[in-house]
Amino acid sequence: MRRRVAALAAVLAALTACGPAEPAADTAGPVAQGEAGEVSGTLTVFAAASLTDVFTELGDRLMADHPGLDIRVNFAGSSALAAQLEQGAPADVFASADENQMARVTDTGLATDPKIFASNPLMLVLPPDNPGNITRPENQAGAPSLAELLDHDVTMAVCAPEVPCGAAAAKLLDEAGLGGVPDTYEDDVRAVLTKVQLGEVDAGLVYLSDVHAAGDTILAFAFEQVTNEINRYPIAELADAPNPDAARAFVDLVLSDEGQQVLRDAGFLEP
Amino acid sequence: MRRRRVRLAVPVPLLVPATVGVAFLVLPLAGLLARTPWAQLGSHLATPGVGQALRLSLISASLATLLSLVMGVPLAWVLARSGIRGRSVLRALVTVPLVLPPVVGGVALFLVLGRNGLVGSWLDETFGITIPFTTTAVVIAETFVAMPFLVISVEGALRAADTRFEDVAATLGAGRWTTFRRVTLPLVAPGVAAGAVLCWARALGEFGATITFAGNFPGTTQTMPLAVYLALQRDPEAAIVLSLVLLLVSLATLLLLRDRWLGRSGTPVA
Repeated sequence: MRRRVAALAAVLAALTACGPAEPAADTAGPVAQGEAGEVSGTLTVFAAASLTDVFTELGDRLMADHPGLDIRVNFAGSSALAAQLEQGAPADVFASADENQMARVTDTGLATDPKIFASNPLMLVLPPDNPGNITRPENQAGAPSLAELLDHDVTMAVCAPEVPCGAAAAKLLDEAGLGGVPDTYEDDVRAVLTKVQLGEVDAGLVYLSDVHAAGDTILAFAFEQVTNEINRYPIAELADAPNPDAARAFVDLVLSDEGQQVLRDAGFLEP
Repeated sequence: MRRRRVRLAVPVPLLVPATVGVAFLVLPLAGLLARTPWAQLGSHLATPGVGQALRLSLISASLATLLSLVMGVPLAWVLARSGIRGRSVLRALVTVPLVLPPVVGGVALFLVLGRNGLVGSWLDETFGITIPFTTTAVVIAETFVAMPFLVISVEGALRAADTRFEDVAATLGAGRWTTFRRVTLPLVAPGVAAGAVLCWARALGEFGATITFAGNFPGTTQTMPLAVYLALQRDPEAAIVLSLVLLLVSLATLLLLRDRWLGRSGTPVA
């Protein structure tokens, strides 16, 4: 019973996780002001699901600095967001979890000059009671490989190959000879995390930042990464942004030392 | 029911909103047709996953409808005819899935039938059965979401049916079970058929509870709506083709059923 309650609490925590633990420091410094002076109005940000916590916090900070500003963030899988933008969804800023989805948007001229602001490797995560009995090989220096950690019987959730975390997961699993192992291909990375937290799968592949967000509701193993499979996150202002001043201020905040520190705290790596 | 042969001219205050209503419902479908990449239709359809997803959708929706009939018709009878106490509370409870966001329904199913769920952990430990991420889970998720449509429809039919036929059957010595089988059920057959069609259509389109509880795996749990959603992320054209296939198959099925089951009854469904 207790385990079930804990699992439910974990899910609720994951669903509602947002907001800063401590109130934002009163630093209006790095935020660029538009030519018109004060940044105000509504700012619409389209951001990858994995950025939920960070962008919620950065949005709160920017709104605290600019009382006239209202920030709305649409968090979803990067591919779904790219598709929405292609269909003409109005937005000011797009932050993607990989360069492919950003390329879809820049190729159609909807945005130019994307900047990489973070990177995020995949981690193997398990429910706290480790139902699949996954253990590290002993007496080994360095991170084990995925093939050493997983066997073919485990129940596993990964992202669908259509979304960035799934594209990376598929390559990693294929290279480890584990291509047939996943039992479900989820539509975004938080759905993978939820299934691990509920204990419904033995293992899942999520971003390092998700491991940070999940805290002790999961166990996490680092494994030998193929370096070019680390997702790099680009951000860009959209060409038709209804609120370009605010868009510039938000992008500048993400790229600033302050924004980068929030990203580091959430487990994202340097660009 | 069949006596309404007099054709009435539609009053203007009804005609205008009705026309807007038709446009509202039909234009998106027209948009789908307009954007269909007819030239690449064949190549999109030949993608191996399409047939698989369509077959899985049709089978799971049909099984969900069958399950709903087996459980839902007796449940509707209890709600409409029995004298048990707390009937209105019961009715409210069984129609909760109508208002529950399907994703929440999926999580709720996990908490009962998942590996760590109330019933699921017992199933796992005793029989070694785990339900999530199987086709069984798809059928369960679809049944959970779709059955209330059948229950409401059948209950309505039962309430509208003339109970005097049942009284006569009883006076002629028929037992209650015989009366239900030979009198009540034939009497409400059109309502049952209409409910089953609604239920099937809802199950066929089910997305949220399915992707949450059953996951998404080609061949076992990836139904057409899931395939459409994921295709939309990578290749909107493929998604349009998949939607079109689903649309045509469901239209064909509904029209076919209309002729077979509902043709002469004039029931205002399908």
